[in-house]
Amino acid sequence: MITSKYSAILVFSTGHAIRLEHVLNQQKIETKLIPVPRYLSSTCGNCVRIKTTDTEAASKIIEKNRIEIQGIKELQEY
Amino acid sequence: MIYFDNAATSWPKPPETTKAMTHFLENIGANPGRSGHRLSVEASRVVYAARESVAALFNVTDPMQVVFGSNITEALNLALLGLLRLGDHVITSSMEHNSMMRPLRALEARGIKLTVIPCTPEGSLNPISLEAAIGPDTKMIALNHASNVVGTLLPIAEAGAIARKHNLLLLVDTAQTGGAYPVDMQDLQIDLLGFTGHKSLYGPMGTGGLVIGERVDISKMEPLKRGGTGSHSEHEHQPNFLPDMFESGTPNAVGLAGLTTGIEWVLREGVKAIRAHEQVLTQAMIEGLRNIPGAIIYGSLDAMRQTATISFNLSGMAPSEVGLRLDEEYQIMCRVGLHCSPAAHKTMATYPGGTVRFGLGAFNTLSEVNFALNAIHQLAKEKK
Repeated sequence: MITSKYSAILVFSTGHAIRLEHVLNQQKIETKLIPVPRYLSSTCGNCVRIKTTDTEAASKIIEKNRIEIQGIKELQEY
Repeated sequence: MIYFDNAATSWPKPPETTKAMTHFLENIGANPGRSGHRLSVEASRVVYAARESVAALFNVTDPMQVVFGSNITEALNLALLGLLRLGDHVITSSMEHNSMMRPLRALEARGIKLTVIPCTPEGSLNPISLEAAIGPDTKMIALNHASNVVGTLLPIAEAGAIARKHNLLLLVDTAQTGGAYPVDMQDLQIDLLGFTGHKSLYGPMGTGGLVIGERVDISKMEPLKRGGTGSHSEHEHQPNFLPDMFESGTPNAVGLAGLTTGIEWVLREGVKAIRAHEQVLTQAMIEGLRNIPGAIIYGSLDAMRQTATISFNLSGMAPSEVGLRLDEEYQIMCRVGLHCSPAAHKTMATYPGGTVRFGLGAFNTLSEVNFALNAIHQLAKEKK
């Protein structure tokens, strides 16, 4: 059950976030780079926000492009 | 004014390079990868675009394999010092620039075994002698793609095949070929590719890096430096993933903005078209020099087998005198001496005097080549 409109893809660095955004945008998945919310991670970097309904499609693209991510978490806000 | 010192640094640059750097300084300016605000994110995009352009030029599978540094010297140091350990054996050629040779000699002093394969006086390397040098402890073959002194191309494709056959890593210094000669990391089976931005990639100084291929075990590779990366900030230990593992400290984002446009210019013009143009100029220069009495030309004398870098001497004149007179009397900028490559000059039997070097580039023309040939002819005649 989807509870939140947006989810965050957590990555290892902003550089990885930019790469991920680039690859997802190529496949017409809307993204926005946002600072990682504190409740998700203590890192000071950015994560890639997507619509929660795009999570499955995004996961497939991530796997296909062999992009390492830390995880996908639903956002409480934004 | 005629600029023939492109083998050291290319000049001029495409106008887009200057514009991109000015745009970055005026409109972006923030620290890439550190903060979450829009300017920092935009700066990160600029750095990422540079990774994409390097990956496109060298046919790299994943842009994150592109590690940026200040130049190719840093890149070669990272590859050599990062991977070679006590007891390992490494093979190189006698045509290397000091950016390769000095870290190798330093490693040799620490107990790493080094074999320097002698090249011919023209600067050619026989792949058979390369394979014959391989022993049980050999870990790496480290070669330039083309000599910075005389332009001679080394057999990198053959070296790549030999490295794979014997399960070795192949490190290639593409300072003289990247952007001016086709370099396909996959086709040539290169594992570690050093590149520099300020020569035939038509970017600014202070840009360059190392592309780290999939066969390299980065868990066994030591960074040259450690520090802030903007990632894993909660940890006091260096990240263990590419490219952050080897990219500590604020990068030269303004330089990388220029590098991207330089590479985009190269890709638009086409490496093959640039190569064809430079080959015509090179052959014309070689033929012209051959017709000048007293001119001694080094290398293969065949533009097909070299880059657009030509070394020569005038009998009875020191290279420094030729260089000074070309500059002062004809406004021709070139480089004289040993070109940071004593090994190459020993191979060519031009040590310690050195040579006069013309490094031609994509912006040079046939009329400039002819003007320079007339100037040299004049100097040779006066010497008689």
